[in-house]
Amino acid sequence: MKSLPDSPIEKYNDSVPGTRKRVAVAMSGGVDSSVAAGLLVEQGFDVIGMMMRLWSEPGGADQTPHNRCCTPEQMADARRVADKLQIPFYVLDVQEYFYKKVVQYFIEEHNHGRTPNPCIECNRVIRFDYLLKQALSLGVDYLATGHYARIHHDSEGYHLFEALDKNKDQSYVLHVLGQHELAKVLFPISGYEKNKVRDLAEQFGLPIAQKSESMDLCFLKDGDYRRFLKENSQKREESGPIMSTDGIRLGTHSGLSNYTIGQRKGLQVATDKPLHVLRKDRDHNSLIVAPRASIMMTCLQSNEVNWVSNRIPKLSFRGRVKIRYRATAMPATVMPNGINQASVKFDDPVFGITAGQGAVFYVGEECVGGGIITDEECS
Amino acid sequence: MENQNIYMDYGATTPVRPEVIEEMLPYWTDYFGNPSSVHRFGQQASLGLRQARETIATLLKCHANEIIFTACGSESDNLALRGVMWAAKYNGRGNHMITCEIEHKAVLETAYQLQKNAGVDVTVLPVDKYGRIDPDHLVKAIRTNTVLISIMAANNEIGTIQPIDAIGEIAKGHNVLFHTDAVQAIAFSDWDMDSMPVDLMSLAPHKFYGPKGIGILYVRRGVDLVSTLTGGGQEEDRRAGTENVAYAVGSAEALRLAVAEREENAAHYKALTSKLIDGLLSAIPGACRLTGHPTRRLPNNASFAFQNLSGNDLVFHLDVAGVSASSGSACLTGDPKPSRVLGALGLDSEWTKGGVRLTVGQLNTMVDVDYVLEKLPRIVNQMGELRAQFL
Repeated sequence: MKSLPDSPIEKYNDSVPGTRKRVAVAMSGGVDSSVAAGLLVEQGFDVIGMMMRLWSEPGGADQTPHNRCCTPEQMADARRVADKLQIPFYVLDVQEYFYKKVVQYFIEEHNHGRTPNPCIECNRVIRFDYLLKQALSLGVDYLATGHYARIHHDSEGYHLFEALDKNKDQSYVLHVLGQHELAKVLFPISGYEKNKVRDLAEQFGLPIAQKSESMDLCFLKDGDYRRFLKENSQKREESGPIMSTDGIRLGTHSGLSNYTIGQRKGLQVATDKPLHVLRKDRDHNSLIVAPRASIMMTCLQSNEVNWVSNRIPKLSFRGRVKIRYRATAMPATVMPNGINQASVKFDDPVFGITAGQGAVFYVGEECVGGGIITDEECS
Repeated sequence: MENQNIYMDYGATTPVRPEVIEEMLPYWTDYFGNPSSVHRFGQQASLGLRQARETIATLLKCHANEIIFTACGSESDNLALRGVMWAAKYNGRGNHMITCEIEHKAVLETAYQLQKNAGVDVTVLPVDKYGRIDPDHLVKAIRTNTVLISIMAANNEIGTIQPIDAIGEIAKGHNVLFHTDAVQAIAFSDWDMDSMPVDLMSLAPHKFYGPKGIGILYVRRGVDLVSTLTGGGQEEDRRAGTENVAYAVGSAEALRLAVAEREENAAHYKALTSKLIDGLLSAIPGACRLTGHPTRRLPNNASFAFQNLSGNDLVFHLDVAGVSASSGSACLTGDPKPSRVLGALGLDSEWTKGGVRLTVGQLNTMVDVDYVLEKLPRIVNQMGELRAQFL
């Protein structure tokens, strides 16, 4: 494991005196991005604060759409931080593009029976593509965010590492980054533990409002994605059979999108041992369930694979694979397959492998890439 | 990176001139009295206020008691509309007023509120593609119960100058009062209230290098106006509240300078905006259009619409490049709406979010214009490419 510098941004501000490097910071009003901005200002960068207005369902008393990422309160908080740091602050309208790329993707993936992670898609197409390009077109040198993950540069190029604070690590949703992005992105707080970040906020005199860590989707008005899909999907959800793996009808489901892989509660089937959702059979509109032991899988297939190095590994390699944001990375062998596919074989059976979620590959602490879990069979 | 800091939003507000500050200063310290007080402190303040009013009246060629000090241009518009329509209601003179689609919100929202709460009938005239109303439409809209016509002298967003002499003559001929919001226009033409067919006129000194926080309403003698701010009977019972003497003094000095330097300023601004307009239209053919009238426009206004781009984003990019501009769609919360003014000109949705206004002022030079002409086409290009790639 390579040793990484404690302050990950110092080395980037190597410009000749008198010409400061310019950085755009994606600010959320929360403590992490606020401290990121504060650190950059302290390091002498010329800093611009930016916030994206993302699409949301209309909700609340006045039916004003406010995405959870950018409520009026969060905007006011971010603006207060910008005032405190004496940096300009702008809010970008990304509603149309976010709807088209993330919300529609979310709906379509569910229509195909998968359980997408829209945060990964948002990072891929919005934050580290659209926003990055917007920022670069302003003439800035870097885009910084308040993510917890480390970027390291050596003769081979840029590497992405898990955060120092393993509880806060966000490399899972950043596996979509490649060399072009990492060359232009800074994660200023990545070298700090969360507690230290809070201390820094206090030190900078910044409000330390804690952003909600709720895993609800940011664009829903009420956190109820099943209702959202029912109202927004063209595809009509039809009820159908709940089947066992050996073809016995055990009950009736209310529409495949209403279930996630591994789900046990709410199946309403009367059996002596608890059953979990094993997979969704779109062709027959049936929900296949099985006891916990038999839904443990030892392999997965992934597509849309990104390799952080931008180079496809020629050979399979040993590492750890994380199958959802909060899961523990499990020992596995990763086998690259073609341009953007990879299959994974776990050392031990894993519970809850879900089509649509990210499968992210680690070697040591380094995040080397990842893809989206498909619903193909594997062995 | 650039270290430019070019302000081109004088239509939003102007800095206060040092001469103006100098005139105002003693009225916060030495002559701080309340002009209504009997003692000598009061008398000193009262003298300052009176002189300010007289200076303004002389400059506008009207009588001192035709000048009412308010707290802002919006209040002047509010007082004109509400004061006239309420008075007409009490006198049984009628309950209909006429305005137009691209008025400032201070006029339109007040008219709508009168319609909702005071039974006033409001006719909103359309404008042509340049933002001008058609005097024939106006004549047709006048009824027997019409009390007031409120049409702005020049539009704040696109700079189009309305034919206010013609409008005023029509109003006069039909025995209807004419109010004009001249907040943007005041510094650019010669105002002779004695001979012009205008009965009420709103001004905002912060648009001509005076302070924010004060407005002026000219009200012709004989116009019946009900006070909308009641209390101690100041401003001849037309606007209560202790007078803001320092700001009144500053407003008079600012107007004096504006009138004295009117032609020189207008020529300077015209040269700058002409170059901006010609330069941008030729640098970005097709995807950029001038908004407002090509010639009948404020000399300091260069306003544009950019096809399929967000004026809000353009303003943001310009600011990062060191140029302060504004947009009819500008929004601090990232949720810009189409400009209602550009919509009223008949522009479709490809254009109505893409408005950008550059308004020049005393501190601008040709070097500033050259910088904008170098930067803005490049920004427009980049944003067009981003849009093509992402939307």
